[in-house]
Amino acid sequence: MIKLENIRKVYSTGKVDVEALRGVNLHIKKGDFVTVIGPSGSGKSTLMHIMGCLDKPTAGRYQLNGQNIQHLNDNQLSELRNREIGFVFQNFNLLPYASAYENVEMPLLFAGVGGKKRKEKVESILKKVGLADRMDHRPNELSGGQKQRVAIARALVNDPNIILADEPTGNLDSTSGREIMELFVSLWEEGHTIVMITHDPRAKDYTEKVVTIIDGLIES
Amino acid sequence: MAKKINELMKNLLLTRLFIRELKKERRKIFLTVAGIAWGTLTIILLLSFGQGLATQMLRGQKGLGNNIVILYGGQTSIEYRGLPQGRPVQFFEEDVELLENSIPEIDNIAGEYDAWGAVYKYGDKVVNERCRGVSSVGYEDMRSHFPQAGGRFINENDIKYRRRVVFIGWGLKKDLIGDEDAIGKMVFINNIPFTVIGVMQKKMQMGMYGGPDENVGVIPSSTYKGIFSRNRLSRIIYQVNDIDKSEFVNQQVQRVLARKKQFDPDDNNALHYWDVIKNTKMTRQAFTGITIFLGVIGAMTLIIASVGVANIMYVTVKKRTREIGIKRAIGAKKATIKIQFIIEALLINLSGGFIGASIAYGIIKAVQSIPQEGADFGKNMAMQILANPEFSWTVAISTGTILGIVGLLSGYFPAKRAAAVDPITALHYE
Ligand SMILES: Nc1ncnc2c1ncn2[C@@H]1O[C@H](COP(=O)(O)OP(=O)(O)O)[C@@H](O)[C@H]1O
Ligand SMILES: [Mg+2]
Repeated sequence: MIKLENIRKVYSTGKVDVEALRGVNLHIKKGDFVTVIGPSGSGKSTLMHIMGCLDKPTAGRYQLNGQNIQHLNDNQLSELRNREIGFVFQNFNLLPYASAYENVEMPLLFAGVGGKKRKEKVESILKKVGLADRMDHRPNELSGGQKQRVAIARALVNDPNIILADEPTGNLDSTSGREIMELFVSLWEEGHTIVMITHDPRAKDYTEKVVTIIDGLIES
Repeated sequence: MAKKINELMKNLLLTRLFIRELKKERRKIFLTVAGIAWGTLTIILLLSFGQGLATQMLRGQKGLGNNIVILYGGQTSIEYRGLPQGRPVQFFEEDVELLENSIPEIDNIAGEYDAWGAVYKYGDKVVNERCRGVSSVGYEDMRSHFPQAGGRFINENDIKYRRRVVFIGWGLKKDLIGDEDAIGKMVFINNIPFTVIGVMQKKMQMGMYGGPDENVGVIPSSTYKGIFSRNRLSRIIYQVNDIDKSEFVNQQVQRVLARKKQFDPDDNNALHYWDVIKNTKMTRQAFTGITIFLGVIGAMTLIIASVGVANIMYVTVKKRTREIGIKRAIGAKKATIKIQFIIEALLINLSGGFIGASIAYGIIKAVQSIPQEGADFGKNMAMQILANPEFSWTVAISTGTILGIVGLLSGYFPAKRAAAVDPITALHYE
C-alpha cells in the first residue's frame, strides 16, 4: 500500500541545508500496524509528513495505493489527504472554537458529504471513540485523552486507507496514554492500517512491526 | 453541472463554518463593519443630496420656463446702411408671426405685454398687481402656467374672440378671492369685468422678471390691446425643445429680425437674449461635475474603510495560521481557504454596506418627510432645494458596485496569503 524508495528530504534554511532523510526505503502493507521509533531529530516527523502528502520528498519515489505522488498537483494532494489519510498529532491540532462534533465534521465538509449522511457518520464515530456524551464540548472543555479521541475520530471519519499518528500519546498522562494505545490497537484489529511514531517503550508489545530511524536512515 | 452544484453546496456548508469562525473576532469585525457602514452612508448621502439638489435646481429653473429663450428689444450700436446707431428695436405681434413662419425649429412662440399696477377688484377687495397679455396658448407650457384642477389656461378662442377671461397666479387668487373657489368668478381689472378661468398650480420659480408668477394675472393679448391700448410687446418668448439647436435658433432669430428691423446682424445690442436653455444646460453640466466629485469623495471614504478591512483580514490570516494548517492537513484545498477569506471580507463589506444604506435610507426618508409649505418663493426655497434628497437606483447600484469591488479587493489579497500558508510550518506555528 505504501512504498517508499530511496526517499531523501533536504531542508534549505538559507545558510545550511539539513538532510532530514537520507535515503529511506519502507514498505507498508494493508492491515499493518507499524511503530516508528528513534531519537529526537532523527527525521520521524519528516517521514510522516511525506507519507501523509503534507510535504514532498526532495528525491526518491513514493507510491500510495500504486499511485505515484510526485505527479500530483496541490488539489489532488489535498483530496488524497482528505480521503486516504487520517492524521493524529501529538498536540491534537483541534480547532479551538469548534465543538467535538464540528471538529469531526470538518473533513466531511471538505469532502462535500451531504447533511444527513454527515450527521450519521459524525455521531457514530464519536460514539465509537467513547465521546457520545461530549459532542458539544469544545477542546478546552475536554481532557487530553478526550481531545486525542476527538482527533482520532476526525482521522477516521472519511474512512481513510491509512492512519498516521505522530506521537499521539506524547502529551498524555500514562493512564490516558494507555487508553489511547488500546484504542489504536482495537482499530488495527478492525482492519485499519496504522503508522505510529512513539517514544512509548511498550509500543513493541502492541505492534507487529517496529521501524527504527537514526539520523535520517532506517536501522535494520 | 452536477459537479458545479455540488461545489456550490460545499461552499455554502463552508460558509456556515466561516461565519462561526468570524464570531471569534467580534470586536474587530464590529469596527470594520462600522467603517464600511460609515463609508456607505457617506457615499449614499452625498450622491442622494447632490442628485436632489440638481433636480430641485432644474425644477426651479423650469418655474421660469421650459426650454425657453426670452427675447428683449435693445438699441442698435452700429450704423447700418446709412441708419444711425442708438435706434430702439421694438417688437409687435407681426414679428412673432414672422419668426414663427421663418424658423421651423421653434416649437412655441408668444408675444407678451406687461402692465404694471393694474387694479384688480373682487367684491370689496382691491389689489394692485401686474397684468399680462399673451398672444399664444403655447405660453402655458413655455412658462409653466399650469392650471389647478377645475380650471384651464387661455385657449385659441379666447384670443380669437377677445374674451375677457383671466388666468391668475395662486398668490393673487388668495389675496383677491381668498379661500373660495375662483373658477367662474367675476373680477374687475381696471374696472372691466373678467371671468376667472383658471388658477396657476403652485411651482418653484428661481428665475423671474417683474416678479413671481404667483402674483400675476394673464389675459389674451387681443383683449389686452383693447383695454390698455398698446401694441408694443414687452418681450417675445420662444421654445426650442431640441435644446442642442437653441444656439442655432438664436442665430436665426438675429438674422430674421436684423433684416426686418434694418440693423446689422452682428450688432450685439440690438436684441437681448435671456437664454434659459443655456442656463439649464450649464446647471446640468455643473451638477454632473458635482455628482462625480461627490462620488469620488464617497468612493475614497469607502476605499479607506476597505483598507481597514484588508488590514484586519491580514491580521486574521496571521492569527489563524495554525488553523489554516490544520484544515490543509485534513484536506482543505487552497481554493477553499481562499474562498473562506474572500467570503469573510465580502460579508463584512456587505453587512457594513447594508447597515450604512439602511441608515442613509432612513435619513433620506426623514428629511423628505419634513413638511414644506407650498412652493412659494422665499425663505423656504433654500429648504426645498436642500431638503429633497433622492435615493435613486443609480445611487444604489453605483454604491453597491463600489462596495462589491472594494470588498473583493480587501478579501482577495489576504486570502491569497492565507492560501499560500505552508501546512507543515503552520502546524508548528504557535
Ligand atoms: N521545516 C523545517 N525546516 C528546517 N529544518 C527542519 C524542518 N523540519 C524538520 N527539520 C529538521 O530536520 C530534522 C528532522 O526533524 P524531524 O523530522 O522533526 O525529527 P523527529 O520528528 O524525529 O524529532 C531535524 O534536524 C530538524 O531540525
Ligand atoms: Mg517529531
